[in-house]
Amino acid sequence: MSVTPAPIVNVTSNPVLRLSGITKRFGRLVANDAISFELKRGEVIALLGENGAGKTTLMNILFGHYVADEGTVEAFGKPLPPGDPRAALDAGIGMVHQHFTLADNMTVLENIVLGTQSLWQVRLDRAAARQRIEQLSADFGLTVDPAATVSTLSVGERQRVEILKALYRDAHVLILDEPTAVLTPAETDALFRTLRLLVAIGLSIIFISHKLHEVMAVSDRVLVLRAGRLAGERETKATDRKELAALMVGQEVKPAEVSPANVGAPLLVLDRVSTARHNGAGLDEVSLILSAGEITGLAGVSGNGQAALAALMSGTQRPTGGRLSIAGQAVGDWSPRAALGHGIARIPEDRHAVGTIGDMSVMENVIAERYGSDRFSRMGFLDWKAARAFAEEIIADYDVKCPSPEARIRLLSGGNMQKLILGRALDPEPAVILASQPTRGLDVGAVAYVHRMLLAARERGAAVLLISEDLEEILALSDRIVVMSKGRLSAPSSRGERTIRELGELMAGHGGEGQAA
Amino acid sequence: MDALEILFTASFWVAAIRIASPLIFATMGELICERAGVLNLGIEGIMTAGAFAGWFTVYAGGDLWTGVLVAALAGAMFGLLHATLTVPLGLSQHVVGIGVTLLATSLTYFIYRLALPEVTSPPKIEPFQPLPIPGLSKVPVLGEALFSQTPLTYLAFLTVAVVAWVLYRTPVGLAVRAAGENPSAVEAQGISVTAIRMGAVMVGSALMAVGGAFLTMSAFNSFFFEMINGRGWICIALVVFGSWRPGKALIGAILFAAFDAYQVRLQQMSGGIVPYQVFLMMPYALSILALILVARRATYPKALMIPYQKGER
Repeated sequence: MSVTPAPIVNVTSNPVLRLSGITKRFGRLVANDAISFELKRGEVIALLGENGAGKTTLMNILFGHYVADEGTVEAFGKPLPPGDPRAALDAGIGMVHQHFTLADNMTVLENIVLGTQSLWQVRLDRAAARQRIEQLSADFGLTVDPAATVSTLSVGERQRVEILKALYRDAHVLILDEPTAVLTPAETDALFRTLRLLVAIGLSIIFISHKLHEVMAVSDRVLVLRAGRLAGERETKATDRKELAALMVGQEVKPAEVSPANVGAPLLVLDRVSTARHNGAGLDEVSLILSAGEITGLAGVSGNGQAALAALMSGTQRPTGGRLSIAGQAVGDWSPRAALGHGIARIPEDRHAVGTIGDMSVMENVIAERYGSDRFSRMGFLDWKAARAFAEEIIADYDVKCPSPEARIRLLSGGNMQKLILGRALDPEPAVILASQPTRGLDVGAVAYVHRMLLAARERGAAVLLISEDLEEILALSDRIVVMSKGRLSAPSSRGERTIRELGELMAGHGGEGQAA
Repeated sequence: MDALEILFTASFWVAAIRIASPLIFATMGELICERAGVLNLGIEGIMTAGAFAGWFTVYAGGDLWTGVLVAALAGAMFGLLHATLTVPLGLSQHVVGIGVTLLATSLTYFIYRLALPEVTSPPKIEPFQPLPIPGLSKVPVLGEALFSQTPLTYLAFLTVAVVAWVLYRTPVGLAVRAAGENPSAVEAQGISVTAIRMGAVMVGSALMAVGGAFLTMSAFNSFFFEMINGRGWICIALVVFGSWRPGKALIGAILFAAFDAYQVRLQQMSGGIVPYQVFLMMPYALSILALILVARRATYPKALMIPYQKGER
């Protein structure tokens, strides 16, 4: 391999990065409380913590997006001026943000060279840049076409561009904020291979995550953050997932227990249903039966028709062919209201854009699906007393942390928002539950809670469709698993029948061309 | 003369290019602002201020190019005001833009009255004269139309080429386009979004003012109230029509100007049977039609009109 090691300052014993006593407050919230740690050359540190533990804040301080209230950052023995991303970049710190910082209208090359050449030169040097990008791509397995426009790239490709951006600037320290949240298992493996190549030439890496198995797989040392404080530091070799989970949450986490399924009558039946495209593929003659008392897990790489199926079930999309029947009766007129009327509860994939209205209150959001019902309105006037009582009921039952029912819902954390959506969806005891990526972005505690609620609904006799990109979640909860690829559905398999590997092959579009019976 | 024959006469195209020139300057100015993520509705007022500043400089004894420079500086100052309010302070770009238009227009009229309290008909200056390019201006129709214009028109075309080069071929252009698409990409690469956006608005406003000055220093030779007459708003539409691309916006400006020149000639031919307002309306009606056909597919800069605040949660 033709890797030219980056010229790293001679530091064998000195740390490349030293954070001392970093404290950051947002109003009354202490996001980081006196955090100190060091990063050595060629080391991978995992920064582990639940959502809101302060991981991203800490890295944003390191990178100069925020200014710390107290504490200092030193890079290669020199103090880093606060609040200046340029200084961090010049010191050799590169950051791959969770929300990519790419301009969609520009090419990969343009995004990478942005800010690396003097702003006042009359001509951008594309040829040299292109050569260097191709060299880096080849050396570190970061395949991407430099001439492609970013808007045409997949999420995995965009992330590779982000990493290339840092490497192009000779980063010696690479910070990755939740890098695997958007990747398929295969892409995650490829990312880990890249990271190992980088460590081999002497880069140091900070890997932010809340997924324990990834932290165990990739890091040398784990720092656990809890509520803004450093809750523990462990050598990865000398710890295990259980201990880390306990450090992260502050108590032991019990995985949801699954009892044998008690399968009842079919509640929702799709018979060779096709739809238009929706965020990727549409459905292509899909047949699926959701039965009472059963969780059906739908695995697949996103964009293969899951969104179309979710839109169909929630009533926002009509079938273009085939038959949809609920409780034995063919459905004629189909709309979101009709879906709700037929007892389908929705937990949408994007809780910010679809699940809630950010600038409306908790109270208004919880009645959003049923404000016209007798319970919440009288003669065309809203019954705010009932709405408030309902909101308070959900807040108490689901242990939602929120200032008051009047608070704007966008101020809530992802987990608490999801609990409110669950409360809203499950309150009318729905017959069918559509759970689309219900735990995406949630922390360990909230994930376990959502899982318990879905299992409880199954015990009650609801038919649950669980759409998830997290195979572990699918395997843990589903009584039956189907895999979607290019708008078509695999034959179902029962619990434990297919291995992860077999499911992965189906996800990639290989394997049997079966249709669910 | 037949209505279609007009389209093949040199004098028609000379007029069209002349009418297009101020639109080209101002459209390029607006395009730069919007590419950086700032909608500049101050354009109408800034053009008014530019028209006055350039003309008055010459009236007071300056030479023509000094007048152009003073107009550009006046525009840049209003740009600075607009940018200060919309970029670091993050105020509504609609409200600030309309405010700047009202302020610049009334301030201009006020200064005009202070400077020339006794005049009833505005004094005239000696404007830019046509400068035929030897050889090229002898090419029938096209050559005559393009190469027997005033120097300011040549500058307008040069501006399009420079703007296109800067936006697509230079590092600073890259930063401007990124600032209008995803400012956090600019920030993450160590460049100040505030500096890029403020710079773009100032340069853009300077171009708008030169567009205004074209009217008083090249197309006509005097300053009248209301002489900008909605040209600034047309330029906002032209940017959309051109999908935020300099070349396409240039075509749009020439197209609109051609409609305008055409309707004047049709008016003369109609012999007063059709009310003249119908002809006046024509370029605007056609612009709306063109927008419907072309601009529905336009992809606008994603961060347009969204203020960027560093380190905001």
